[in-house]
This record gives sequence, structure tokens and C-alpha cells, in this order.
Amino acid sequence: MDWPILSILIWLPIAAGIVVLAIGSERAVLGKQVALGASVLTFVLSVPLYTDFDTSTAALQFVEQVPWIERFNVFYHLGVDGISMPLILLTTFLTPLVVIAGWEVIKLRPAQYFASFLLLEGMMIGVFAAVDGLLFYIFWEAMLVPMFIIIGIWGGERRIYATMKFFLYTFFGSVFMLVALIYMYLKGGSYSIPDLHALPLSMQEQTLIFLAFLIAFAVKVPMWPVHTWLPDAHVEAPTGGSVILAAILLKMGGYGFVRFSMPIAPDASDALSWLMIALSLIAIVYIAVVALVQQDMKKLIAYSSIAHMGFVTLGFFVIYEMATSGDGALFALQGGMVQMISHGLVSGALFLCVGVLYDRMHTREISAYGGVANSMPKFAAFMVLFAMANVGLPGTSGFVGEFFVILGSYQANFWLAFCAATILVLGAAYTLWMVRRVVYGEVGNEHVAAMPDVDRREFFILGVLAVSVLLLGVWPAPLVDVMDATLTNLLEQVTRSKL
Amino acid sequence: MESIYLTIVLAPLAAAAIAGLLGSKIGRAGAHSVTILGVAISFALSLYVLWGLAFGDAEPYNGNVYEWAKIGNVTIAVGFLIDNLTALMMVVVTSVSLAVHVYTIGYMHDDPGYQRFFSYISLFTFSMLMLVMSNNLMQLFFGWEAVGLVSYLLIGFWFKRPSAVFANLKAFLVNRVGDFGFLLGIATLLYFAGSLDYAEIFAQAERIQGETINLWGATAVSALTVACICLFVGAMGKSAQVPLHVWLPDSMEGPTPISALIHAATMVTAGIFMVARMSPLFELSEAALAFVIVIGATTAFFMGLLGLVQQDIKRVVAYSTLSQLGYMTVALGASAYAASIFHLMTHAFFKALLFLAAGSVIIAMHHEQDIRKMGGLRKYLPITYWTFVIGTLALIGFPGFSGFFSKDALIEAVHASSLPGSGYAYWCVLLGVFVTALYSFRLLFVVFHGEERMDHHTKEHLHETPAVVTGPLIALAVPSVIVGWLTIEPILFGGFFEGAIFVRPEHDVLGEVGAEFHGPGAFVAHALTHSVTVYLAAAGALVAWFLYLKRPEIPGQLLERAGALYRLLANKYYFDWINENVIARATRAVGTGLWRVGDQLLIDGLIVNGSARAVGAIASAARRVQSGYLYHYAFAMVIALAALIGWFALRG
Repeated sequence: MDWPILSILIWLPIAAGIVVLAIGSERAVLGKQVALGASVLTFVLSVPLYTDFDTSTAALQFVEQVPWIERFNVFYHLGVDGISMPLILLTTFLTPLVVIAGWEVIKLRPAQYFASFLLLEGMMIGVFAAVDGLLFYIFWEAMLVPMFIIIGIWGGERRIYATMKFFLYTFFGSVFMLVALIYMYLKGGSYSIPDLHALPLSMQEQTLIFLAFLIAFAVKVPMWPVHTWLPDAHVEAPTGGSVILAAILLKMGGYGFVRFSMPIAPDASDALSWLMIALSLIAIVYIAVVALVQQDMKKLIAYSSIAHMGFVTLGFFVIYEMATSGDGALFALQGGMVQMISHGLVSGALFLCVGVLYDRMHTREISAYGGVANSMPKFAAFMVLFAMANVGLPGTSGFVGEFFVILGSYQANFWLAFCAATILVLGAAYTLWMVRRVVYGEVGNEHVAAMPDVDRREFFILGVLAVSVLLLGVWPAPLVDVMDATLTNLLEQVTRSKL
Repeated sequence: MESIYLTIVLAPLAAAAIAGLLGSKIGRAGAHSVTILGVAISFALSLYVLWGLAFGDAEPYNGNVYEWAKIGNVTIAVGFLIDNLTALMMVVVTSVSLAVHVYTIGYMHDDPGYQRFFSYISLFTFSMLMLVMSNNLMQLFFGWEAVGLVSYLLIGFWFKRPSAVFANLKAFLVNRVGDFGFLLGIATLLYFAGSLDYAEIFAQAERIQGETINLWGATAVSALTVACICLFVGAMGKSAQVPLHVWLPDSMEGPTPISALIHAATMVTAGIFMVARMSPLFELSEAALAFVIVIGATTAFFMGLLGLVQQDIKRVVAYSTLSQLGYMTVALGASAYAASIFHLMTHAFFKALLFLAAGSVIIAMHHEQDIRKMGGLRKYLPITYWTFVIGTLALIGFPGFSGFFSKDALIEAVHASSLPGSGYAYWCVLLGVFVTALYSFRLLFVVFHGEERMDHHTKEHLHETPAVVTGPLIALAVPSVIVGWLTIEPILFGGFFEGAIFVRPEHDVLGEVGAEFHGPGAFVAHALTHSVTVYLAAAGALVAWFLYLKRPEIPGQLLERAGALYRLLANKYYFDWINENVIARATRAVGTGLWRVGDQLLIDGLIVNGSARAVGAIASAARRVQSGYLYHYAFAMVIALAALIGWFALRG
């Protein structure tokens, strides 16, 4: 390790964001070019994280550690393992696409818009790369600010309501996480995540800490019943905001469970796994049925996201219901992780599709469309492809995670897999019913007839995502392999009792 | 050999990609040339593979192409298992596909989506080949869902029609209900066998037979039975068995070439193939076999009855397909897997022929499909007529035609079976023969004979369809006649499927039938002297002649007399009504209820906004405390700090 790659990935976009702000909206083109250049460069620089990654070890890699606040034993400590590395790549991969997606669309204060995304990118990478709990917490909270601004300024009509709801929900959740972190610091004298993992805790302590983290992470995922901020936030957010929100911000909840809750409080996780599984299944079944009756495309995809994230939490917590000697637990964990990455791509792509339509018609109402395939055949092909990925069709990334989680859950209990597998029918029902009403049929009205097909910019974004979704579906091994050692180790760690 | 197998699957995929992505550049001729070339390559190589296995010294092949994912000790790969069962399926798929590709040039001649159509059917060929050539359950499921996707795209090909986009959604969802079971079946096998690879699973079949699952309380159920029934639920979706058959008639909204290729000859037989492939498992569970045979028999007879009351030329053939799929399923349940695959093969040829001939009629009639507006077409469409006659004779089992051999052997095998449910199944398939002949000849007579009922304009333009349409008809008519005679002996009684299909000795009904077998000629003679099936078929044809040619006024009078029965049939036993008005409506109502009451009223209204209001109320109370005097605030802070310190002190 010659150069501090993780620091560069965090601070390069943040610095570029400040530069873009300084350039200002008067010279918007230059600002956009800087934003695009910085985000592409960040992606290019992040590639060695994958290519130089040692897949044989669960140890942290690309580690950087310098004392930060020595008095409180806080370190600027970065590093990645098989869990965080793919999530960082997902972040660096999607940010340039989001910048391109906003290229011609954002007319209001473009510099601030693009700067927000760059700042957000750096902070999100910080969340995934932080090995110090306090550092993690700072990135976690700081990240809310650009997102808050993105929805609040470039959002729709009810954006203020949506931002307040988003902010209060997530802020409310993370306060409890801070309390838990401080408690553990007081007890163990360290914020370092590996130290927290090793910290001996009684059952009662574990339970309280687990619940504190649960509030923070459940809001983020989001899990039923703290999910209602998400549809509102998505509906009001601009396209880029929705993409990042669905693709990456939600993943932080899932990431939190495997990084904090389960290894820190393994016994409480075990004891409360029934609750987590129940909430996951509610997300899968209840939310899927709710998605069926949505009239707003973004709301529908938002509900679909909640249902799909239910697979993530199900995959993580179902491991406590089975013998860890078999392969079922590993299937479930892998499934949850693959689902996170895949959902990032697929939901991001779907929100971009809605964005393409919204830019032309300025409505998200399903009933305002109809027969889009007539005027936009290329777009229709993309939309159907991503819909199929959302449905979990084999050959797309959407299949892999669900497949693994269902196979894994079966090893715990037949009926768990049974409930989870209802997504096959319900997911297809709500997704394809939307496709039918939006894409197929006679041309709905003269506005639809006048819609131009995707231009080269849009084609590029959707094309890149389509290729990734297909590649990951046809050959998931490159993703599965980098996570294998870490997850095998994690499985051992989260099932070893601290009592 | 592996490169040959790769070429077989990749040639149609590459062609589909070229026609689909570059369709506007290569033009219409380019699109059909490249896809036909791709499928022709697959067909030629498939024939070569089958030839090598059947007549040469080629050995079955089982190997992986690449590792898809490895989880713990489970390696999931993409690979091929090429034995006689697979090779036969490959030839059936690629040959029918090739005929349909050529035919499509004529059928879709004026369609603006020409290139897209060719791309889809080539993609279908790829998917179907992946399905049949797989050596593991993951890839099987991939092919399974991929053919479902293409079916979805093709049923909705004319996406402007509301009925088409209704039908494709319905097809996908009903299939997904089946896949739901299928996936649970796969999960069961992974759990008990620790692998998704066929060979590894089959090697442990005996052990899994002894395992049990507790599904309801303490009731232990055989794991193998659960696995087989779950897998078969998948087959019920794909192969349209009652009650998951409802999508197939509606799938006729798609263009006719795909009705022939996908919804008659190949995709719908995927379920049959899968069960045959899984014979080492099904053989060990009599409960599963009984389930299979009862479902199949019900489909065979009751769906055939529906064919009697349809007025759309394609729907008659579609109900016939349902019924014939039921026959194949019955054979599976009777452990006569070879007979089932044999019927699958002959059916692929004659049913594709019937569909394409029906399509030829539809072209000639300017896309009119209502048989009440046809009649007397035989003099305008001689080639179509004679090929249709051949298809009909093959379907009803006219002695010597391909369908005769496969259906008679199948019925004999069911008769010989002693598995639970086989008695019921025997009566269903036997009476089904009469029904088959009745609806088949009804269709033949109403369309090609009798009074000419089309309007003047249509009649003026009636003429035989072009050679790209009639050519495939003739090409399919040949195997529809001869393939049974030529292949019954090796396929059913010559151990052709040895090593590919496993039958326990005590279930070997085909062995019993084979003991009486002394060549195809003797088989025909035996049927004429010892069996009622030929006479049942003849009776059906005769009744059809009487009702629809001799006394065409009688059917109308019959309908009036048998009002309740007719309504039952006309409403297709009310399956659709229940699905749409009970299941779909209830689900949407539950969704609306949960959303409005659960999300909006309770969570948002009461908890979220309620707590916001509560905060507001507290804030307005607190506003009184907010006096603006600095010392008030300082005082509050000191108290709070004291409380906090006190809490820590008392705890620690």
C-alpha cells in the first residue's frame, strides 16, 4: 500500500465539491465538468480496491490509522473488508452516473446541486471506510446534510414536509446509536470497531445496545414500521437524490447490522432474531401488497425497495435460526449482501427511468402515461429490462440475492422460505402491472405521443446500468468471491457468544 | 465436444443480439437471415449430437462451463448434461424453431416489429436450449424463467392491444405462482442434498427418501415428496396443468408462430421434460406420482371438453394443447416417462403443424380468427387443408400416424399402471380420445368444409399462402406422419433413455407394454383388434361429421337444452372469474387497506404526525418557560446537568 487510497476516495470528491461551489452557478458548465471529472476520477481510483483486494482474508485492508482526538482515544482509522469494499465501489460507480443524469436537467443552482452530490459521495465512502466508531458516526450524520439540501432545494412541491420527515426520522434514529457508542466507549475506552466487537457485554447491555442500533439502522433500511419516510422522500426528491437514496443510503442500514449490531451484540441478535425476521417478512409481504396499489411510480418503486431490503435483513438474521455448520447461513448472508449491491443498481436504474419520463412529462402518475413503447422504444426496452431485474429474473442481478436468501432461509424453516418466496409473485405483480400501464398499450395521450426517445446521454447511463445488472446476474462469482472470506469470518464472529 | 454444445446455445443468442440491437441497420432481410442461420447451425449440430449418441459411439457428456458462484461447500455452475433425453429435446426444439423462423417471414411480413420478432424467437431458442441442456437446477431455473420472459414479451408482442398486454401479464404471474413452488423444490433439494447438480442430487436420492420435514406441527412429511410436489407445481405453471392452466388460452393473443413454437411445441413441454429429467426423484415418491397423475388426468379430459365450445380457431388448438399436455403428465405419473417424452416429440410436430396451418388460414382470412366466419376453405387453401388434415389425424391418433403410436402406448401404459390414481387417469385419457376427435373434426369441418360464411370481400381475396408459409407446413407434416412409426421401437422399448430416465422395476409399465410389442405394424394391428381407442376416435370423428356437416342445426339446439353445462364450459369452469374477481380483487383490497389504514392512518397519522403534534403541544407549553431571561435558561441547564451527573453517579 503506497498511497492512502481510502482517504483520497473520501476527500477528493469533497474537495472537488468545494471547488464546484467556488466556481459557482454562473459558470455552470465548468462546474459540471469539474464534478464529472472528479466523480469519474474517484471511480477510476477506486478500481484498485477491487483489483488489489486480497480475497483470501477477512482482515481489514488498505488500512490508514492516525490519532485524531487522542484525549478520547479517537482515531482517523480507515480500512475495508469484503463487506464494505463492494459498497464503496457501488458508490463510486453510481455517482458519475448521477452527475450525468442531472447534466441537462438541473437548471436551478446547478453548482450547488453537483457540489452536494460530490460532498455526499465523499461522506458515504467515509461511512463505509470508517473503522473508528466515532468517525463512522460523524460521516453518518454529516451525510444527512447534503441529502437534506438535495431534497429540500431541488425537490417537488411537498419537499419541505418530506425533508423534515426524512431528517427527523433518521436523526432520531442515529441519536440512539450515539448513545450506544458512548456507552461502549465509557466501558471499553475505545471507539475502534474491532475493539467494540471484542468488548464483553452482558445480555442486558447487549439487548439495550442492539435496540439502540436497531432504531438507527431500521430507520435507514427502512424496516416496517419506520418506513413511511421513504416513499415521501423519494416522491419529492429529484431523480439523482432518489437514485443515491435508494441505491446507497438505504444500504447503510444493512451495513450497520453486519458491522455493528450483530458482531457487537451477538447474543441479543440471536435472542431477537425472531423480531428481525418477523419485521423482514412483514416488509416482504405487507409492503409488496401495498406497492401493488400505488398510483405514483416513485412511490411504487419506493415500496418495492422496502420489500427488497426485507430480503437483506432476512438474510442477515435468519442465520440465527439454523445450524451454522451447514452452508445455509452463508447462503443467507451472501444473499443479503448481494441483494444490497444488486438493489443499488436496479432501484437506481428504475428511478433513473422514472426520471427520464418525469423530465418529459413532469408527472409521476402512472395513469398519465400509457403506450410509452410506441414513442420511446429504446426506453421501453430498458424499462422492461430493469423491471425484470426488479422482479428477480434469473440472468439479472436481482435474482442472485433473492435466490440465495430463499435457499438459505429454507435451511432455517420451510415456512420462512415460503413467505419470502411470495416475492416471486407479488414482486412480479406490482412491477409488471406498472410496466403494463406505463409502457404498453395504445399511446395514452398526445403528450406521450410527443415524447422523444432517450438521447445519447440517457442511453449511456441506462446502458451502463443494464450491462452491470446483466453481468452480475450471469456471473455473480466475482462479487461473491470477494465477500466470501469476510462473510465466513463474520458468520463465526456473530454467532460466537459473548456471555 | 464442449465447444459444439457452446455453439449450439450461443448461435441463437448471438443472432438474437444482432437482430435485436442492430435491427434497424441490418434491415428485415438481415434480421431473418442472421436468426435463421443461427438456428440452422444449432439444428444441424443438435442432429449431429443426437446421431452420435443414438447411432455412433458418443458417450453422454456432463461438464461445467464456468463457476457461477461458490457458497461454502456448494458450487453452483453453468454446465451441460448431454444424454439421449437432452439430445432428443434439442432436436425437437431446434427443428420446430427453424420451421417457425422460416414461416415467420411470411406471417409477419407486414409487421413493423419484424426484426424485434426475430430477435425474440431466437432468444427463446437460446433460453430453451439452456433449459434442456442444463446439468443443474440453477441453470434449469434460469432457462425456465428466461423462456417465461420471452413468452411474456411475445404474447404482448402487439403491445397496443389491451387484450395482449393483459394476457402477457397474466401468463407471467400464473407462471410465477408455479415458479414459487419450483423454487421451494430447489431449496428442498439443496437442503437435503447439499448441491444443485443433478448427478450429485440423484446420487443421494435414496438417502433423501428417508429424510422428513415437519411442515405442520409434528407431522413428518417425506422430504422427497415435498421436493417432488414443489417441483411439479413449477411444471404445472409452465406446462399449464389445472389449476395453473388459465394463462395458456389467453396466450393466443400472441402472433401465431409463437403459439406454435412456444405455446404448443416447446416451452409448455418444459415441465414435462423437467419431471422426466427428475425421474430418479419422482420414482421414489409414490405420493408425488399420484399427485402428478391426478392433475394430468384432470387436465387431459376437462380441458379437452372446453375445446368443444371455442369459436376462435387458435383457442380450439390451444385447449387441445392443454389436453395433450395433460396426457403427457399422466404418462409421467404412471412412471412411463419415455412414453411422455415420446408423445411430447410427436405432439411438437403435429401441434406446431396445426398451429402453423391455423396461422395460414388466419393469413388468408386477413387475420380473422372466428371459425363462424369461415367454412369451405379447402378449395381455396389446398396445401393448408391437407396439411391440416394430416395434423388432425396425427392428433386424434389415426392408426399409423405419429400421434397414434405415442398416444396408444401412453394409454396402454396408464392401463398397466397400478399406482394410486391410475384408475381415474385411465378413464380420463380414454374418454379424452373421443373428445379429442370430436373437437378436432369439428374444427376441420367448420373451417374447411360446409357453407362459406366469410364476407364477400374476404372471399374475393382468398388464395393459398406463399411458399415460406406452406413450406414449413409440409416440412412438419412429414414427421407428423412418419416419426411415430420410425421411432416407437427404439424410444419406448429399445432402452433409448437408459441412463437418462430412471424407472423402478416395479413401476415399469412400459416394460409390460413392450412385452407385447412386435414391431410398429403389429402394434397397429393389435390396436385395431384389441383396443377401443381407435374406435373411440372414429366415433368422435363420426359424431363431429354428423353434428357439424350433416345436421349443423343440432349443435345450436343442444346448447339450448344443456344450458347449465354449456355455461360451465363457456365460462371455462369459472377459473378466470375466480382469479380476477376473488384473488386479484382481494389482494388489491388488502393492499389498499394496509396502505390507507396501516401506513397512512396508523403509522403516519397517529405515530409520526401524532408525535409531531405532541411535540408541538409540548413546545407551546415550553414556550411559557421561554421567558427570554438568560438566567432562566442557565438555571434549566444547571438542573439538567445536575440530573445527568446524578444519574451517572448513582449508577456507577
